[in-house]
Amino acid sequence: MNTLSHDNHGLRLFVRYLVLTLIAAIFVFPLVFMVMSSLKPSQQLLIDSGSLRAFLPVGDISLNNYTMAFDRAPVALFVANSLFITGTTVILSLFVCSLAGFSIAILSWRGKAFVLSAILATLTVPFETIAVPLLLMSSKLPWIGMDGLEVGWLNSYRVQIIPFIADGLTIFLFVQYFRDIPSDLVEAARAEGASWSQVYSKVLMPLSGPIIATAAILKFLVMYNQYLWPLMVVQEEGYRPVLVGLQYFFQLNTAWGEIMAYLSMITVPVLVFYLFLQRAFIASIASTGVKG
Amino acid sequence: MKHFKLTTGALLLSTALANSAFAATELAMWYHGAGNEVESAIINQIITDFNNSQSDYTIALESFPQGAYNDAVQAAALAGNLPDIIDVDGPVMPGWAWAGYIAPLPIDEAEFADFLPGTKGIWNGTLYSIGLWDAAVALYARQSTLDELGLRKPTLDAPWTKDEFMAALDAAKASGKYDYALDLGTAWTGEWFPYAFSPFLQSFGGDMIDRASYSTAEGALNGDAALEFGAWWQGLFTGGYAQATQDGADRDTGFNTSKYAFSWNGNWAAIPTLEQVNDVVFLPAPDLGNGSKIGAASWQFGVTTTSKHPDGAAAFIKFATQDKYLAAFSDGIGLIPSTASAAAMTKNYSSGGALEVFYGLSEAQALVRPVTPGYAVVAKVFEKALADIANGADVADTLDAAVDEIDADIAKNNGYSK
Repeated sequence: MNTLSHDNHGLRLFVRYLVLTLIAAIFVFPLVFMVMSSLKPSQQLLIDSGSLRAFLPVGDISLNNYTMAFDRAPVALFVANSLFITGTTVILSLFVCSLAGFSIAILSWRGKAFVLSAILATLTVPFETIAVPLLLMSSKLPWIGMDGLEVGWLNSYRVQIIPFIADGLTIFLFVQYFRDIPSDLVEAARAEGASWSQVYSKVLMPLSGPIIATAAILKFLVMYNQYLWPLMVVQEEGYRPVLVGLQYFFQLNTAWGEIMAYLSMITVPVLVFYLFLQRAFIASIASTGVKG
Repeated sequence: MKHFKLTTGALLLSTALANSAFAATELAMWYHGAGNEVESAIINQIITDFNNSQSDYTIALESFPQGAYNDAVQAAALAGNLPDIIDVDGPVMPGWAWAGYIAPLPIDEAEFADFLPGTKGIWNGTLYSIGLWDAAVALYARQSTLDELGLRKPTLDAPWTKDEFMAALDAAKASGKYDYALDLGTAWTGEWFPYAFSPFLQSFGGDMIDRASYSTAEGALNGDAALEFGAWWQGLFTGGYAQATQDGADRDTGFNTSKYAFSWNGNWAAIPTLEQVNDVVFLPAPDLGNGSKIGAASWQFGVTTTSKHPDGAAAFIKFATQDKYLAAFSDGIGLIPSTASAAAMTKNYSSGGALEVFYGLSEAQALVRPVTPGYAVVAKVFEKALADIANGADVADTLDAAVDEIDADIAKNNGYSK
């Protein structure tokens, strides 16, 4: 009986891992295809795409596509631009949105329910619907820079960062998370004489690792994948981000191998960022299913 | 002290005058060629030559990737941020002229008398833009295929008739050597559909819109000729000659690997094909009843309405249209030079050149797409209608619906009148 039970357990474990492996493969295969294709000439890449060879490093393998991608477009510039824009926005967004969430979730003031409703209502408005008014506004906003007062934010980093610092989803995430933190902690800190800013910085934020990681990853993905907005507000190559840069590779005779090389390179920062915050992200997702 | 002030003032004034006399005015120019090294090198060379040739203007170039270019220009126009010179795709030109992005070109049209018709951006009888090259489509085939199937090689003067064309497809299909007789390139969505396939409709005697008035598609897109075209188009797919939906990889490699006997493709694909298929021949479009037709008009230069120096912008455009630059672009990126004299200077389009036939095709068969600001909508509606018909939709109903959609857009925009 014991043997049977043991075998049964082993079989269940085997099936479970088989299913998990298959699911993992579904998610990993596009990445494998991308990396393998980046090592092949365009013609071979297209021919291989109809068979399992597409996922294998076979045939005329080389790093030529990477070299040619650097020749075709200023890849390093685009990646640096995207990382700067994304990194700055993520940091500022975490700060501003967590403060807003703190105010709504912890502080008592009249009208905060209405403000939260208004913030949540912004989630229903697609960016595309406000893109044109935002463009017109951005083209006329003043700015004090190195050359004194300027009019217009077009062709700059700030026009790609500032409109995205505050967003409804990130504020909502922080509100929900702060509300789930036992109020005893806040009350105890206040009783000990802590100011509200100390409650925010010394009590709540140190406990908010999972939600910070989640908000950071979501914001990172949104910002790193920006295409429409930079296309509208940036005409100078020096400020272009990675996804607009991707268009450099779509020519009359599309260089598929170079596209795959470019995509492989620009995917690396996303993977590194995700792996860096993975544990906290999973903890946050897991905690959403736990009722206190 | 008084003398000192006078002397200083005179010096400052003379310096300022000298600077204003010698400082060249900078003109901003936008171009769609980012990511194409060869194209960028040529356009930069033209700009350098122009800047060195005179002292009144300097051109400052900003290049955009082609896929993002139109959206970037439209956004810039909204924000009041257009440069002095832009390049514009031929069929898009009327829309940008109508919207007030580009102004009539301040150059006498007679100066471009020897240019291919498709390279001139003329709307409402006014020249708005001029192109350094054109593009053309041909029926790719192998000479060995023609020989094996016992087919006559069609010429510009004697293209295949509809019956001959269908007989050629039948012969290719019956040979059993090919997956499909014809590669139409249905994997390429977007502008390819109106550019490549509306000439078939025009060869039947129909059109995407009534070109006499540009106020309706009624009769042009759903008349007898259009219905005949629709039935023929659908038959290409139901008859198993071509694929209604095609894999992109097949489009790129199918003809070269003998998956298809014939391929409907542009001159931009000719050089890579020549490298892989040593007996490739480029055949003229078949005459489906109303003459052989192919599409025309590629990228062209224009001056924006917001430019404070249209004369300077026009001077650059005139400078760029010299034969040596047309030839350089042709040699560099394989497109058809705008003039015969420039073609004679190229390696591919000169007499005996590998692509000489394409110049003849452009000259003899080219028909520009409908010259109307409403073209953007016409093109999208036409593409959807053709895709639907290819996938089995009722021909008459689909074309009627397309006409309604195009006419509704024209009405909504007050006939696109100025």
